[in-house]
Amino acid sequence: MLAKRIIPCLDIKNGMTVKGINFVNIKEVGDPVELGAWYAEQGADELVFLDITASHEGRKTFADLVERIAQNINIPFTVGGGISELKDADVLLSAGADKISINSSAVRNPQLIDDMAHSFGSQFVVAAIDARFDENGEWVVTVNGGRIPTEKRLFTWAKEVESRGAGEILFTSMNHDGVKQGFANEALARLSEELSIPVIASGGAGKMEHFKDVFTLGKADAGLAASIFHYKEIGIPELKQYLRNNGIVVR
Amino acid sequence: MTHMNVAIIKYNAGNIRSVDNAIKRLGINAQITDNAEIIRSADKVIFPGVGEASTTMAHLRTTGLDKLICSLKQPVLGICLGMQLMCKHSEEGDADCLGIFDVDVKRFELPTDNVDNLKIPQMGWNNISNVKMPLFDASLEDKFVYFVHSYYVPLCEWTAAETTHTLTYSSALHKDNFYATQFHPEKSGPVGEAILKNFLAI
Repeated sequence: MLAKRIIPCLDIKNGMTVKGINFVNIKEVGDPVELGAWYAEQGADELVFLDITASHEGRKTFADLVERIAQNINIPFTVGGGISELKDADVLLSAGADKISINSSAVRNPQLIDDMAHSFGSQFVVAAIDARFDENGEWVVTVNGGRIPTEKRLFTWAKEVESRGAGEILFTSMNHDGVKQGFANEALARLSEELSIPVIASGGAGKMEHFKDVFTLGKADAGLAASIFHYKEIGIPELKQYLRNNGIVVR
Repeated sequence: MTHMNVAIIKYNAGNIRSVDNAIKRLGINAQITDNAEIIRSADKVIFPGVGEASTTMAHLRTTGLDKLICSLKQPVLGICLGMQLMCKHSEEGDADCLGIFDVDVKRFELPTDNVDNLKIPQMGWNNISNVKMPLFDASLEDKFVYFVHSYYVPLCEWTAAETTHTLTYSSALHKDNFYATQFHPEKSGPVGEAILKNFLAI
């Protein structure tokens, strides 16, 4: 039976791993290749590397890093951050990335999803959606790391990215991210029911129970987290044993 | 195994590099090539693949790689789309394929109730059972490997491993010198490495 996936996310700036608390207050926590290999050994099912470097030179550093990751890590990994054109994705594919994630650039130019799915296949394209549940009771899609609200709404946008050819959705709730009080399970369950492609849940993991909830109540296919893994608040082997004990299929 | 001559068939498919990287981690420098002589003289041939069946088959026909692959006598390992293209026909783009395995590739269909919330594509780690030598050994029974696919090969007389997603299908095939896996051994951690080692030791 298909296992639920546990995915550590590594934010990369200037070739080093960082984690933002609510996307600000950045601290360095290590070398990405070393940390990625360690996670693979620990039983992580996949890795996500997000480049939060804005500069052109930084982009080149990131592509070199992706090449080193591909040489050293024997599990699948997704890379994202600053991908706004086909050629950005092509560079990362050639460097050895298994998937790329696109976020703000897809909101601004939805055709990019079609083009990427057509050029590289749907399995290569992860549509990342950052959304915030607002005071009017609506899930508003945001861009630029959650800073700018858009006209788009979570469920209609998720449907659209699926129909344009995205192979997976990575949904981050900006209300839950960094707060460690659990994932946005209600919204996640609705996404999972309305879409036929896999949904990766992001934002809110604080303890092992939150992963059990996201796979049962939230019906997610994968759970992604950063700081709780980086700061060793939760160990992946312990987390998997806990999930197994609770009847959830994990590798 | 260091001096083994491994050819990875180069064609218009995505991420061939990851297979090369995995082989390198086993201490072997493979050649990524579409040169018929090099492929024919290799000790082992790997036919990887990520992409769409009908356009890839058209490409293989234009380059003559289709006939070459069918004529190979040394151990050949097809991976993912590579395995599907070694079958007779694929529903993906209604493509006639190489016909090494006389079986047709079908698209997954979700059950109408879908209580388990299954998805297409199947993306992630699933287990392999009823595994057969020599690609697998008993220690690999029930182990998890990494899959990404929307089309599958039904169970047939060449099934070398089985996996269940909406139904039980062939996650590996074997006939004569031809071997194939639907999953990606190059992305399947230590289990995948063991399978690649087994293939290289055939």
